[in-house]
Amino acid sequence: MSGPPLLSVDGLRMHFFTKAGVVKAVDDVSFAVGRGRILGLVGESGSGKSMTGYSVMGLIDPPGRLVGGRIVFDGQDLTRLDAAAWRRLRGNRIAMIFQDPMMTLNPVLRIDTQIVETIRAHADVSHESALARAREALARVGIASPDERLRAYPHHFSGGMRQRVAIAIALLHHPDLIIADEPTTALDVTIQGQILFEMQKLCRETGAALIWITHDLSVIAGLADEVCVMYAGRVVESGTVAEVIERPLHPYTRGLIDSVPSRNERGRPLRQIPGMTPSLLELAPGCPFRERCSHASAACAESPAVTEPAPGRCLRCFHPVHA
Amino acid sequence: MLAYAIRRFGQSFIVLVFMSFLVFVGVYAIGNPVELLVNPQADEAERIRATAALGLDKPFLEQYWGFLVGAAKGDLGKSFVFNVPALTLILEKLPATIELAFVAMVLAISLGIPLGLVAGLKPDSFVGRGIMAGSIMGFSLPTFWVGLVLIMIFSVHLGWLPSNGRGETVLVAGIPVSFLTMDGIAHLAMPATNLALFKLSLLIRLTRAGTREAMLQDYVKFARAKGLPQRRVIGVHVLKNILIPIVTVIGLELGSVIAFAIVTESIFAWPGTGKLLIDSINQLDRPVIVAYLLVIVSLFVVINFVVDVLYSLLDPRVRLGGAAAAH
Amino acid sequence: MTEPARVEGPWVRFWRDFSESRLALVGLALLALVVAIAILAPVISPQNPYDLAQLDVMDSKLAPGEASGTGKTYWLGTDDQGRDMLSGIFYGLRISLGVGVASTIFALAIGLVLGLVAAYFGGWVDTLVMRIVDIQLSFPAILIALVLLAVLGQGVDKIVVALVTVQWAYYARTVRSSALVERQKEYIEAARVLALGQARVVFRHLLPNCLPPLIVVATVQVAHAIALEATLSFLGLGLPITEPSLGLLISNGFQYLLSGKYWISFYPGIALLVTIMAINLVADQLRDVLNPRLRK
Repeated sequence: MSGPPLLSVDGLRMHFFTKAGVVKAVDDVSFAVGRGRILGLVGESGSGKSMTGYSVMGLIDPPGRLVGGRIVFDGQDLTRLDAAAWRRLRGNRIAMIFQDPMMTLNPVLRIDTQIVETIRAHADVSHESALARAREALARVGIASPDERLRAYPHHFSGGMRQRVAIAIALLHHPDLIIADEPTTALDVTIQGQILFEMQKLCRETGAALIWITHDLSVIAGLADEVCVMYAGRVVESGTVAEVIERPLHPYTRGLIDSVPSRNERGRPLRQIPGMTPSLLELAPGCPFRERCSHASAACAESPAVTEPAPGRCLRCFHPVHA
Repeated sequence: MLAYAIRRFGQSFIVLVFMSFLVFVGVYAIGNPVELLVNPQADEAERIRATAALGLDKPFLEQYWGFLVGAAKGDLGKSFVFNVPALTLILEKLPATIELAFVAMVLAISLGIPLGLVAGLKPDSFVGRGIMAGSIMGFSLPTFWVGLVLIMIFSVHLGWLPSNGRGETVLVAGIPVSFLTMDGIAHLAMPATNLALFKLSLLIRLTRAGTREAMLQDYVKFARAKGLPQRRVIGVHVLKNILIPIVTVIGLELGSVIAFAIVTESIFAWPGTGKLLIDSINQLDRPVIVAYLLVIVSLFVVINFVVDVLYSLLDPRVRLGGAAAAH
Repeated sequence: MTEPARVEGPWVRFWRDFSESRLALVGLALLALVVAIAILAPVISPQNPYDLAQLDVMDSKLAPGEASGTGKTYWLGTDDQGRDMLSGIFYGLRISLGVGVASTIFALAIGLVLGLVAAYFGGWVDTLVMRIVDIQLSFPAILIALVLLAVLGQGVDKIVVALVTVQWAYYARTVRSSALVERQKEYIEAARVLALGQARVVFRHLLPNCLPPLIVVATVQVAHAIALEATLSFLGLGLPITEPSLGLLISNGFQYLLSGKYWISFYPGIALLVTIMAINLVADQLRDVLNPRLRK
């Protein structure tokens, strides 16, 4: 990778200050993604992966607050931006796609309204030319007869179609970075494949960087270049997809890989990780995975520091699986 | 749409006839108006003559039938007290009531929705809590007592506002209105505020709850992720969603504003239909009571229909008539 | 309110949840005070306001605390007949609360039975009951009560009838909807399969599960009933002058308000306000405690 990455997140901390106590939803997370690259952010629900995405978007609401770290995007530290400057980036240079397409489009506004407003939020163009661009945008994501579709309401669309509309909206201003938060989870398997393929293609065409947030490691395997595995608000392991999946070092990553059904192991019972994700409320110090980990020892009561077991790889564990 | 309207009005008509029967039966049982109307020294013959003149000597069903036939022709009987058609009497007083109710509703809406939005966006702030506390007060205070306190403060103590009547009126399209003269506005201020208070509290609660709910929805997050300015996210994405239940409630409450105007009109001696109703009840003026109720019920029917139409315009998922039946 | 302290029973937990809100505790304390005053009115009132022998016309329309000809001090003043307002308010509270609670109990009983019947039998019974409920709820309560009182005339029994008539529909609707939810659940099915009697299924199984929302509605409705009674009495259509509720006291003082004799209306109004506020505060917290879904 030459030159500085498009986005580099460094020591990011985002905490919720609730009445019951502090929830460290994102706790010292670092990663980087370059132009045209795809980064997978993998973890169970509650691992902080979505909150990491929202943090980059500047969409954290009270009682949540960024309490530390830097988000450097194209040479600019976003955490220092004021609200207005961050708004100008959102939907323009950084776009986001959400999980449930049933919920992301406003049910009482027509599709054209929802597209045109996005165009006009960032470009000083007339309603007519915005409408023309909206038509192109729908066509680009494979929606037939866009003229008719523009005048429809979201409830006239199927789930897959809605997600295409959401993707079209995200791509309107040719963003440098797209954050996709489980955009295929709520869809049928066949539609999932189509959307995945198209997203990949669109990113390659436009040269946008993509952060793909998911709980499903198998999606990442076929899509991403790099992967960060998150657990309890921290990145526990990262590296290129090929290496992490071939040679997982963290016991948690190993557990995730083992719990993915694969073709050549048909008939063998799937292994699962015992236990549940810990509550992030007033989480005790030490490795948060130790309660569920077969490798855990007394040393794990201390928080493991980030190590670099191989070039380009990061790990947060005292007892790596292969070493 | 037309089929829907026809069916809707058909149903309403049945309700109306049914209501007229109930009201007629009920009111028929009230005392003997002849006792109140005839000179106490009158002899038996005069009483019988008066009874016959009012049509009260006929069997009940005949009286009801006579009433229905008359009602079909727009004749709801003559007031026993004023000896003029009851409907004329009501229609004369109706503009005052509608003006009062309308101004009260405008006050409630124009204050309630913005205050509710603020309270919903910043529920834990000082302002948010203050608005909510005010709305709880407005919910608890009985309307008539607030009216008294208003009079106590603004008429008796400060002497700023008149405590009764409509003040100076101006004819607009032949209908007298108060809100176009300074004197009229001074007269309107307290009754309208009084009548608005409960609805204002209701709208604040409703808007606040709707806003809090909407702000958690993904479409709001997505709208923000698109980089829309805050005022568009709230003014279009949030507002249009919460307006749906609000319009429904406003519509339903319009009727109750007219009903509650009875209380406000009595306190502020506002010469509307509510005051007329109370006077008529006290004087056993049956035709006026019946006519009032029928006019109010018809008004409700019209209001409900308008609300349904508005609702379908606001929420694209609702289509009036046959289309929605498929689901 | 006695709670077993040893085991954490449902009452202990209920109390702990309830007492979380300081405002609700204030409401509860005020409510207890108001109820105590209403019950003890004959004992604690300085005079019996309706024993004409105890009234002195010389003392009429005295301002609060003003020196009187008879040497007595009336802390909240007197009305046009020389009646001590404080005593009048104590007795008025008694009537207002009594009417509110009595009408709520009757309305609850009627609404409960009809709502359960509608939910349990379904079909045309359900349709009939709910259609009546819908039609009635589409008219403002005050309008229905006014017309009823116009027909019935004045009296405590009449106003209770009017209040019950306007209130039962709320209970019927609440009971029906929660009973319908419960009816879908397996335990009712199981009770049916066990061939338990219909009455037993309804009263032992359906009823207890409909209670929480019902309690909330009933609390709110007591406040509504009291306010409505006061309003009707104010309009001169509620109680007769011989049994003055707070509303009637306020109405009585209204004519003197414009001449600056505010206390005859104002203090009964405060008593009314405190009563309604206290009930509403308690009701708000009950709603939160009894309905975990609404807790945020």
